[in-house]
Amino acid sequence: MASTAYDNRLEGLAAPHGGHHPSLQHQFDSLEQQKESSTLGMWMFLITEIMFFGGLFTAYVIYRSTLHGVFAAASHELNVNLGAVNTAVLIGSSLTMALAIRAAQVNRQKLILLFLFLTMLLGSTFLVIKGFEYAEKFEHSLVPGPGFQFMGMTYRGFAPDPEHVSPEVLQVGDKAQIFFSLYFIMTGIHALHMIIGIGVLLWLFILSWKGRFDSTYYNPLECAGLYWHFVDIVWIFLFPLLYLIGAHVH
Amino acid sequence: MNTSATAESVVASPETGFERPNYLNAEYGVRSWLLTRDHKRIAILYLVSVSIFFAIGSLFAMLIRLELLTPEGDLMQPDTYNRVFTMHGVVMVFLFLIPAIPAVLGNFLVPIMIGARDLAFPRINLASWYVYNLGGLFVLWAMVNGGVDTGWTFYTPYSTNYSNTHVIATGLGVFIIGFSSIFTGLNFVVTIHRMRAPGMTWFRLPLFIWSHYATSLIILLGTPVIAITILLVAVEKGLHLGIFDPKLGGDPVLFQHLFWFYSHPAVYIMILPSMGVISELIAAFSRKRVFGYKVVAFASIAIAVLGFLVWGHHMFVTGQSIYAATVFSVISMLVAIPSAVKVFNWTATLYEGSISYQTPMLYALGFIGLFTLGGLTGTMIATLGIDVHLHDTYFIVAHFHYVMVGGTIMGYLGGLHYWWPKMTGRLYPAFLSRLSALLVFVGFNLTFFPQFILGYLGMPRRYWAYPEEFQVFNVLSTAGASILGVGFILPLCYFIWSMRYGKKSGDNPWGAIGLEWDTPSPPPTENFYTVPVVTHGPYEYNPQEVHERTSHPEARVG
Amino acid sequence: MPEHVASIKMYVGVFLTLMVFTRITVWVAYQDLGAWNDIVMLTIAVTKAVLVILFFMHVKYSTRLTALTAISGFFFLAILICMTLNDYLSRFQLLGPLVPGK
Repeated sequence: MASTAYDNRLEGLAAPHGGHHPSLQHQFDSLEQQKESSTLGMWMFLITEIMFFGGLFTAYVIYRSTLHGVFAAASHELNVNLGAVNTAVLIGSSLTMALAIRAAQVNRQKLILLFLFLTMLLGSTFLVIKGFEYAEKFEHSLVPGPGFQFMGMTYRGFAPDPEHVSPEVLQVGDKAQIFFSLYFIMTGIHALHMIIGIGVLLWLFILSWKGRFDSTYYNPLECAGLYWHFVDIVWIFLFPLLYLIGAHVH
Repeated sequence: MNTSATAESVVASPETGFERPNYLNAEYGVRSWLLTRDHKRIAILYLVSVSIFFAIGSLFAMLIRLELLTPEGDLMQPDTYNRVFTMHGVVMVFLFLIPAIPAVLGNFLVPIMIGARDLAFPRINLASWYVYNLGGLFVLWAMVNGGVDTGWTFYTPYSTNYSNTHVIATGLGVFIIGFSSIFTGLNFVVTIHRMRAPGMTWFRLPLFIWSHYATSLIILLGTPVIAITILLVAVEKGLHLGIFDPKLGGDPVLFQHLFWFYSHPAVYIMILPSMGVISELIAAFSRKRVFGYKVVAFASIAIAVLGFLVWGHHMFVTGQSIYAATVFSVISMLVAIPSAVKVFNWTATLYEGSISYQTPMLYALGFIGLFTLGGLTGTMIATLGIDVHLHDTYFIVAHFHYVMVGGTIMGYLGGLHYWWPKMTGRLYPAFLSRLSALLVFVGFNLTFFPQFILGYLGMPRRYWAYPEEFQVFNVLSTAGASILGVGFILPLCYFIWSMRYGKKSGDNPWGAIGLEWDTPSPPPTENFYTVPVVTHGPYEYNPQEVHERTSHPEARVG
Repeated sequence: MPEHVASIKMYVGVFLTLMVFTRITVWVAYQDLGAWNDIVMLTIAVTKAVLVILFFMHVKYSTRLTALTAISGFFFLAILICMTLNDYLSRFQLLGPLVPGK
């Protein structure tokens, strides 16, 4: 029906997007468009991450407001020093990540490798410290579930002698499980993001080793950086919300 | 990677007997489909998957209607019935209604309509299809191993503390499917922002694109919340990390808050793309510009934003505070404004248009009627007092089926009939397709209208038996469902038939306007032989402008 | 668009500021300020997050669209939290009297 229209257009019309750069994908017209798209895509992904953690923060806010005293008491069990050290470690890794991207911007290939390595190292340090914290919680029976013990009281269902325990205290014990559940889920999912992040950085490290990135093309570094900084931001909120709420109560 | 050379090297015209190179004959073999990054092929893959899950969901619907044919629970045990309606809900909502229009029609059309070669992230697009099927497999696995009986809403504490069915597997399935939605939404937003053809300004975008943009925003903002909520349920059930458990001081209503924060906007994920389709259909078959284009476009965005402020209207009887319920109720009514704007503008578009009653248009007109009914009953049950009476009755069931089936499926089928010639290059039989549109409309109303009455009279939902006085309406409903079934099977048959035996459609069988009609049917792999330059708005059906446009094809330079 | 290359000095400066803020948060946590404890801690956390977003994540040097995207994410999170709190704060205390710690 409209056959002549496309026939006219068929003649000698080569697509104008010659692939000049080996990293330019066919659907984009220019490296700039590609870079803008991937950065925007990464930000859209970070929005989903905000909402993903947001569900947890909502649960936290609700229970913090309804179980305020319980949360303060339970928070007391967390190790503020380790938490603070971890905050410093993570902020440090954000710095090295930012510097890795800067190294790509100024074409310093060796520096990219150095800073990526440092970022992974600091990230792993964070996870190791986190592991020690988790181990401590397991030792002190602060893991929710049948074996949970808080303030010397066992979980209600398994209390050896419920008659010698005042009901209020038992209630605190039970409710503190909510705090520790949130603690494990929030820090656990955060740690999972760190592990994924380190995996991504490892892959980028290999690509940088092959000299794939320079000042004309470094979107993957930029996107990984955005992700890494986001994970850092989550921790910036987790640290005061989980570790510090009961610190001044003695 | 640059594959552009292949498209031009095989140029052949229809006169010489060769098939023009298009996305279907560019490559052959299963591998070329399973590893494709072409958005059009991925749309076809999605079409197949979505249709399979629709068939499965329909099967469960059939079982429900059969059980309810008689007042006694004689076909199945109550436990089985619980699983059947749960699986119907889970499959239909997560595996059909949410992906149907965006992943099939959207995937195919969004890049073409804005003049792009592909979506921004083709590999992520393909991954989305695989992830969708993986999630579907989880749900299927749970289904064949006994299913779930919590209802598609997974309400705690039943789902976490009491149900001994496959809540975790189904939940993980839903969690995984969420990723596929997110991939699609993310792709659409970036593509619409960054890959529009020269001259394709925001207010020259077809309304289909606007509604998909709004839908994608909802997907991006809402889906992660249900992901984490389902994860919390799984962790609570599997690892005893209590969050919602009332024994531990937790609050099950918090689960509902988090759940409905996504699941209410999810209704708009289903209906907005359908509204986009309807805008295209109404314009094309009344040969007129959509009345109040900008208002309709912004109404999509308004629905998306307001949709996030109303979730509490699902929780009026759950112990939510009266104050919060009032706020949610008032905002819910506000959603009626942009929705009504759309309906009024479509009808205003029809006014003095040269309307042709082709099959897609029949679906579009059906949509307007059914969506209006669904929407109006929606404002009824958004009213606090009335909802207390109607909550969890068949009135609710009828209401959301009017929106979801009467809205989404009518839009989906209408869109499929409209763009089928573009997707396959073939026409389907006109009479049969009109007949099926009629059957769907009649069958649908016969199925669900009696349920309004049933609900109003007090028949609760999710029960496998009922008092005898309700039987008349239930029989009507089951009868309607069988007509509806025929209405769904017919298109399946003639669509498959048309792929081989259908008449060649030509590039623009409807004489419609839009970039997708300016490119061959089926389109070449790169969508256009040259980057289109857009010089006018989307619905310029004014004859003078159409003439100028078609007589100056050389104006479209690369 | 030529890429903005920020100076090393700027990055290190932001890093040091973040560290100082961390130290202040910990210090404040041990002072009994009543309800102000939470407010101060959250204000510091938000400030730190904004610093990271603006400088490490380059939003300061990016398009308006990027900034809008980031803001909209937090905006809808605020809707989720506020509308849910709206329910809980106006409900009766369903959970019984609160027991102070230790």
